Amino acid sequence: MRRSPVLWLFLLPGTLLYLVLFIYPTLSGMFYSFTDWDGVSPSYRMVGAANYKETLESIVFRKAFINNVKFMLVVVLFQTLLSLGLAMLLARNSRIHVLLRALYFFPTVLSSVSVGLIWSFVYDPSIGLLNLSLQKAGLESLALSWTGDAGLALYSIAAVQVWAHAGQMMIVFIAGLHSIPAELYEAARIDGGGRWQIFRKVTWPLLAPSATIVLAYTTIQSFKAFDLIFTMTDGGPNYATEILTTYIYHQAFGSYKFGSAAAGSMLFLILLSVLTALQFRALRADRVSY
Amino acid sequence: MLINSLRRTLLLLYAAVIIIPLYIVLVSAFKTPGTFFAKPLSWPSPFTVENFTTMFQSQPMWRYFANSAGVTLGTVLLELLLGSMIAYAIARLGGKLGKGLFLLYLAGLIVPSQVNMLPIYALVHRLGWTDEHGGLILVTAALLLPLTVFLLTGFMGLLSKEILEAASIDGAGEWTLYTRFALPLSAPSLAAAAAFLFVMVWNDLLLPMLLLNGKSKLTLPLAMLQFRGEYVTDYPMLLTGVVVTSLPMALLFIFLQRFFVAGMTAGSLKG
Repeated sequence: MRRSPVLWLFLLPGTLLYLVLFIYPTLSGMFYSFTDWDGVSPSYRMVGAANYKETLESIVFRKAFINNVKFMLVVVLFQTLLSLGLAMLLARNSRIHVLLRALYFFPTVLSSVSVGLIWSFVYDPSIGLLNLSLQKAGLESLALSWTGDAGLALYSIAAVQVWAHAGQMMIVFIAGLHSIPAELYEAARIDGGGRWQIFRKVTWPLLAPSATIVLAYTTIQSFKAFDLIFTMTDGGPNYATEILTTYIYHQAFGSYKFGSAAAGSMLFLILLSVLTALQFRALRADRVSY
Repeated sequence: MLINSLRRTLLLLYAAVIIIPLYIVLVSAFKTPGTFFAKPLSWPSPFTVENFTTMFQSQPMWRYFANSAGVTLGTVLLELLLGSMIAYAIARLGGKLGKGLFLLYLAGLIVPSQVNMLPIYALVHRLGWTDEHGGLILVTAALLLPLTVFLLTGFMGLLSKEILEAASIDGAGEWTLYTRFALPLSAPSLAAAAAFLFVMVWNDLLLPMLLLNGKSKLTLPLAMLQFRGEYVTDYPMLLTGVVVTSLPMALLFIFLQRFFVAGMTAGSLKG
């Protein structure tokens, strides 16, 4: 093929922007992680791996990591099951099904700040929808301090995350269901398969690529969560909802420990790189074509 | 029969889980603080739009809207332009060079903006772009470029090589090929990418929070966080803010649903 030099002009502006405002900051973040910079002073010293050592030994960082894993497990489990269930129920392209799909998807387009404020109100201990409904139903004992209780807050926010994104993952599953050829179902029915058997033998194996996408996306998404937690609890009470991203934010803009925050960012990046590599491997194994 | 009614019950139940919080927020915006605290779950009576008028009088709401709209439109247009040019060049170059460039952008997909928040804050500070919408637009566009290039390269790669080759033999330059063939042929994918980017940028909290601080520069999510501080116990007012700021997205979603769903889904498949 004849390669016109004009093509370089197509690449130039975007690549310049990308190198200056994305690649350079990433590399300079790696550099800061080896310094004691506070983010404000003109000078800083190189401190070697001290920030990494300090971060890995920090109780709050460990707590944030454990919270992040818990948050991920709960969100992945419930979001996957819920979105799969909804997709199975809504796979037909009837009018009402298309309408319900749009309704279930809708929270995805709201900002996390809106979603966070809506649910802060729903969870409000005294005038919130949830506790008032429980009281009306005579279940006062279940009326709890949903985001104020250290043992409960992380799970309350996980529920909101699922509320906001299950509809999006449902669409991925529906696309997967629609890609299964109808003949396979007919053949299975002619062979006398029951509903459960057809699901086990036909639907589930052929849905595996979609399930991989949903699992991978939800895992990475729940590690990157920030806005919702920032809006609803800002890591509290007593670090009960602190996750890695809020930890980094608080280190940098609450304690002005840029070097330490940068080390936290790098550890976070390593974790996400591993997860992303696993995602790509899983997707390739399933031969999903983009 | 039993299965069908079970199915219907589950679907309605989940519809309620989605609708009820949204409904309560919507009606609360039309309540006086008196009725709100006395009857938090009831229909607003008296029905009042006072929260809305107070909000628009006491807050520079139009300015916030204009800020969000300007930043979002600016970022999305810049992003689509730069992203489609890169995707076009990658598709045209092909071979090792195209693949190498593609990998350069692919690498960016691994790095989330939360990792880069400090160095970007520091860099923007040093460049003197703090509190500038232009700076925010450039940074946001840079951070979303890997995803956009990834999405658009997938589509541009599908363009028929024969058509482009034939046209180029007929003497069409690259710019003509790009504007007359590549862009129109990938219009549906550009629309899906645009919808996806629009949602991402309009709703973004982190970058505006890092880079903007003057009250006259805030975007809507930031403004809402500020309301939370100001109307700390005034829920009707706070929820009015939620209604007002969510309205544009809700309307766009109703009218451009197909693109939103396609875009957000493509984004999640590749993000």
